[in-house]
Amino acid sequence: MNTQTAEAQERHVLTITVDNEAGILAKIAGLFTARGYNIDSLTVADITDNHEVSRITIVTHGPPSIIDQIRAQLERLVPVHKVVDLTEVGPYIERELALIKVAGTGNFRVEALRVAEIFRAKVVDTTTSSFVFELTGSPDKIDTFVALMKELGLVEVGRTGVVGMVRGNTAI
Amino acid sequence: MSTERSGAEILVESLVAKGVEFVFGYPGGAVLPIYDALFGEERIRHILVRHEAGAAHAAEGYARATGKPGVVLVTSGPGATNAVTGIADAFMDSIPMVVITGQVPTALIGTDAFQEADTVGITRHCTKHNYLVKDASELAAIVDEAFHIATAGRPGPVVIDIPKDVQIALAQWNGRAPQRRTRYAPQTMAPAADIANAVAMIAAAERPIFYTGGGVINAGPQASRLLRELQKLTGAPVTSTLMGLGAFPAGDPAWLGMLGMHGTYEANMAMNKADLIIALGARFDDRVTGRLDAFSPYSRKIHVDIDRASINKTVRVDLPVIGDCAIVLEQMIDAWLQAGHSAADLTDWQARIDGWRARKSLAYPDRGNEIMPQKAIERLYDLTRDRDPVISTEVGQHQMWAAQYFQFHGPNKWLTSGGLGTMGYGLPAAIGAQAGLPDALVIDIAGDASIQMNIQELGTATQYRLPVKVFVLNNEWMGMVRQWQELTYESRYSNSYSDSLPDFVKLAEAYGWKGIRITSMDELDAGIQAMIDHPGPVFVDCLVVKEVNCYPMIPSGAAHTDMILYGDDVAGTMDDAAKALV
Repeated sequence: MNTQTAEAQERHVLTITVDNEAGILAKIAGLFTARGYNIDSLTVADITDNHEVSRITIVTHGPPSIIDQIRAQLERLVPVHKVVDLTEVGPYIERELALIKVAGTGNFRVEALRVAEIFRAKVVDTTTSSFVFELTGSPDKIDTFVALMKELGLVEVGRTGVVGMVRGNTAI
Repeated sequence: MSTERSGAEILVESLVAKGVEFVFGYPGGAVLPIYDALFGEERIRHILVRHEAGAAHAAEGYARATGKPGVVLVTSGPGATNAVTGIADAFMDSIPMVVITGQVPTALIGTDAFQEADTVGITRHCTKHNYLVKDASELAAIVDEAFHIATAGRPGPVVIDIPKDVQIALAQWNGRAPQRRTRYAPQTMAPAADIANAVAMIAAAERPIFYTGGGVINAGPQASRLLRELQKLTGAPVTSTLMGLGAFPAGDPAWLGMLGMHGTYEANMAMNKADLIIALGARFDDRVTGRLDAFSPYSRKIHVDIDRASINKTVRVDLPVIGDCAIVLEQMIDAWLQAGHSAADLTDWQARIDGWRARKSLAYPDRGNEIMPQKAIERLYDLTRDRDPVISTEVGQHQMWAAQYFQFHGPNKWLTSGGLGTMGYGLPAAIGAQAGLPDALVIDIAGDASIQMNIQELGTATQYRLPVKVFVLNNEWMGMVRQWQELTYESRYSNSYSDSLPDFVKLAEAYGWKGIRITSMDELDAGIQAMIDHPGPVFVDCLVVKEVNCYPMIPSGAAHTDMILYGDDVAGTMDDAAKALV
């Protein structure tokens, strides 16, 4: 729609609690593809003792009118309990975990370890010529760390995608 | 008393408990246990269709005509995939439907077994919800919830996929569905503040218009009654989408006719010049809005809808009102009376509307003894109106002419495939409607191309002695395709000619129907009367003028003010941007 391309793109973090039933992830992911919405990252895991409820976090971007549609479309799915747009209800924290493999020897290796300390990344595997770092933080922080490691022998990156939560003492 | 029953028996008992009278279906390997449970079952009548697409459309027709959910029963694999078009159709047009599909036994799922298809996967995005039943003990609760989901809120189709071993497995049945958690409860009543705002906006408007849709029909007959009441209080004129025809009586002075691509001049001009649009259960479909950036530029907009996702989807509105149309209309009437509003003086607005009416946008040329298709519909209406008929249609020119020239005075009389635009809908839909309303006069207004898409269902009507009528406007073309090719592709009629048409009269007779052919104006009334008078099913092959276009028409991507009327010069070509639009 012409009027929408003119709207500024915004990044939003949505948390969705759903019945933990077969096909729900396909339903939600498929809704995004079928309607042309963007998924920047998606995480999901069940969060209750009886495995009945899962929490999904989706990072998306789009103009405000589309973000509103995404919420409405998600809310009308039967297994969806609640959709919270963290970016709207703010302030919130978001965290992502990454595993980053770096290979090298000599100064490169020393420098990689030094940068990892500054970022408070943990070494979770090592050989004499490599490290695997575990790093938790905002997507920005992980982006920065990965960019630095490119100069120091970056071999492989794995990221979980974002989970988010509202600050303060209340539940969403 | 709790007893052990098979999954198939629990299913049948659950359907009976839900008040199901008819199941439209077709047997096959993966549903044999259910068919066995239906054998000799007198509480549910099974209508055996000739193709599973027919089952789904028949259930839609039944649902639309009676207001009750339609039920479909088909086998796994091709049975389920054949039903998908009808499921997608019901999803687009918000028709309550429960579709039971057989599935290969649980242990074979995922092995590419004979007649296996991933039914739940295939129907995921064209159902409100779907289930794969893994345990017979869950079945009663699932059927219970499926009916609730299909009928509550914005209605739609729900699929229950049942593996064959689950149909055979035993489980406890104690006469009714177990208690379940209500996890689907859409808001039906609007907040009082929204209602107060809405009526204040209506009272203050100088050029208001009601734009009503299928939601008013879905909200039950009381919604149509309340719409008439609110219209009387406010004096605002009424237009409707294709799906909403009948909610407001066509003969009323406030009635503007249908709006949109083939809507009347007065309806589209009034939408364009209005200062307030009250959208009731309508969804600003592209066939209605035309070019979005030119859609009703001077109006504020109130949008009443039970589906929050319909609000601000394509058109930004000023006041969303979430709720069931019937309940919201009642709330509005109460608020209007309580606030002491009286109808504004709309004399100027009515005068402008009368000016647009004077264009007589539905006028068409006379062709002497040749039958203009519009004339055929007008005569059909005149000769059947005292029977208050139920009309179904296929998709194409005949559908638009039926919408324009047949007059609807009440809800649930008009069954058409609006959103998906499914050719082949009309005949099975008429059969479903006739099953639910045995005494009604049910007529499928069809085209020569569309009718062939589910023509095998003639046999279904014969088998169950359903006296449906088929009235084909035969112009030997896929008329709407031909019209677009004329207007957009310089009359290059690529594959739109209906070559090798069967002799419809003989075909109908072969199925045990009465066949009537009408070839000229002097046969028209007698032919229609003979159709009405015959107690059984009748197929009328009405030969009409061949290359008639359906006007008025807003070309794809044009504004409401750019309508083509009869007598306008049409270029026969379009730029690529317009060609790219549907």
